[in-house]
Amino acid sequence: MKPIIQVKNVGKKYDIKHYQGKYVALRDVIMTILQSPFKFMYKKAKVITGRETKEEFWALKDISFDVMAGEVIGIIGRNGAGKSTLLKILTGITPPSSGEIRMYGHVASLLEVGTGFHPELTGRENMFLNGAILGMKKKDISEKFDQIVEFAGIEKFIDTPVKYYSSGMYVRLAFSVAAHMEPDILLVDEVLAVGDAEFQKKCLGKMEEVTRKQGRTILFVSHNMAAIQSLCKKCILLERGEIKLIGDTATVVNQYLDSGTSGGTETVWKEGERPGNDVTKLISVRLCDRKGKLLPYAYSNQEIGVEIVYEVLQNGYSPLPNIHLFTNKGEHTFISHSDFTDDLDRIGRHKMTAWIPGNLLNNSTYIIEVVLSTMIPLQIHVDIRDAIIFQVLEDIESSKKNDFNQRIPGIIRPRLEWTVE
Amino acid sequence: MEKNQTQLPITIIRPKKTFSLNDFREIWNYRELLYFFTWRDLKVRYKQTFIGAAWAILQPFITMVVFTVFFGKLAQMPSDGVPYPIFVYVGLLFWQFFSSALSETSNTLIANQSIITKVYFPRLILPLSAVLTKFVDFLIASFILIGLMFYYGYTPHLLGFLLIPILLIITFMASVGSGLCLASINVKYRDVRYALPFFIQILLFITPVIYPASIAGKYSWVLALNPMTGVIQSARATLLGTTPINCLLLFISFLVCLDILSIGIFYFKKVERYFADIL
Repeated sequence: MKPIIQVKNVGKKYDIKHYQGKYVALRDVIMTILQSPFKFMYKKAKVITGRETKEEFWALKDISFDVMAGEVIGIIGRNGAGKSTLLKILTGITPPSSGEIRMYGHVASLLEVGTGFHPELTGRENMFLNGAILGMKKKDISEKFDQIVEFAGIEKFIDTPVKYYSSGMYVRLAFSVAAHMEPDILLVDEVLAVGDAEFQKKCLGKMEEVTRKQGRTILFVSHNMAAIQSLCKKCILLERGEIKLIGDTATVVNQYLDSGTSGGTETVWKEGERPGNDVTKLISVRLCDRKGKLLPYAYSNQEIGVEIVYEVLQNGYSPLPNIHLFTNKGEHTFISHSDFTDDLDRIGRHKMTAWIPGNLLNNSTYIIEVVLSTMIPLQIHVDIRDAIIFQVLEDIESSKKNDFNQRIPGIIRPRLEWTVE
Repeated sequence: MEKNQTQLPITIIRPKKTFSLNDFREIWNYRELLYFFTWRDLKVRYKQTFIGAAWAILQPFITMVVFTVFFGKLAQMPSDGVPYPIFVYVGLLFWQFFSSALSETSNTLIANQSIITKVYFPRLILPLSAVLTKFVDFLIASFILIGLMFYYGYTPHLLGFLLIPILLIITFMASVGSGLCLASINVKYRDVRYALPFFIQILLFITPVIYPASIAGKYSWVLALNPMTGVIQSARATLLGTTPINCLLLFISFLVCLDILSIGIFYFKKVERYFADIL
């Protein structure tokens, strides 16, 4: 049997400017041309003759894999590894720069639930609009109308504009429409990370039903290891735009969680590549315990150290590190900075560790941004967005108590003191 | 469940080159989405504005009244021998179709960026639906013209009815063509859209909407370069019999618009590939 998806040597190149999401103002371009027309032409000529290349960046390099009909494949990797880019190419949202993909059958994608929902329109109207955007025929939506409404459980509100919906109702309706598509190939991005626990369970159930009973092929991108493990037999691990490993889920997930130096809980920059300026440079960031041992992941009841090593290169500055903690959905959870002021302005290496207490974080994936800044003068010297990424796993003790086997919602999950009177 | 793979449709994704005829077939396959986008825009607009569909009638009507008072009565603007209200209304009808379609098309990619970055569909659907929405407004506003023609006792030439679709096609090509260029530029240079309303306002004054083309005397050929001149002149000629129909002028307009449309489509398809990357 031939594979249903064939991906051959696919690569994606971005212009650095585009990748950073900056847009250009025509006003600025005109001003540059007017202010120094010769310099502008000289630069252009250099680019055209190929003496100076544009700043480019390969988000994906030489990706090849095959998927057989009925397989459910997870795609994992840390932020910026190219997961989303790969999915966007597969869905046709953005074309690849090289390579070729062949897919047999109707392809549908689910990069977001509720794409194109309009707040002024009613639930019913949005169902048809959203369905059409997802590539469903009007006829099919009409046929499945009752099923969709019932699955979402919003019969009473179907003729109410969705701007009056609670966020839960909104997501349920949106997912319900998507769940009733019947493509041969379904591409899914992290959409299950929404809604209340019960509805998540229902969605996972629906997805499982879809794959088991109807032999649908699914490509599933997620940070949620629990969802990946319960749905996928096989996984692809992406790292810096390349395939690191393809194999059965358990092996790949373990490799991903354990990968110490290769991304994840430790990042070390080589001499010459260290981010920073002539005042200070960042050397390494890693997660460790009190004994200084590297933590590949953390349990939710465990204390987590974020160890930052940096060097100061000039007298008169005392740069201090601060950490920003984000969830994998980009929610800014907290900032922390140290109160040290003296004795850190001498030239040389410094090591500082921030301690995140146990029983604070939820079982989820978190990203740490590391910033080195000085107060006098107020200046940011280093700002590394995805310095490290780590997984917090449910500790064994509490997972025994938590019998519904689902992630408890919330960005953090502190253990609070409860009193009774 | 066990479908034969040879029967399944195949999707091939490769680095994008220029456009082909397949693109037009694809748009045909996605015609339902075109319908839904148009339907959404109409529905949302008429839900949001308090007076709803009456807006499509009131807006050109009030503009007509204001123009009649200021240009017709106070400034004594010549109108080729027909009453000024109906003279200016014919011009306004086509002008507003053109200008609103133009500004809507050029903003459509930005307005729908959340969809463009999440789902694939032929991007040309968006500008097309923007024009269709404005065409519905045009149809609604036409009722006032019919009323005015009854009131002033004008019967159009029979030929007129044949010519109107051609005039609409030219207007369509002009607005979509320039709208596509502007839409593509808008994605890259986000400051362009702030200049657009000003640009459209200037265009109004170099188009014979509030005055007859004859006012320019020996320089009227300059106006002929503007494709909307041919459209509005011909509309007046067929509906009101102001001047004989100038087929040459109309033909020139047609050719100019065809060029604008080709350039628009070509440029749009050229930059389409990175829309999702920079939106």
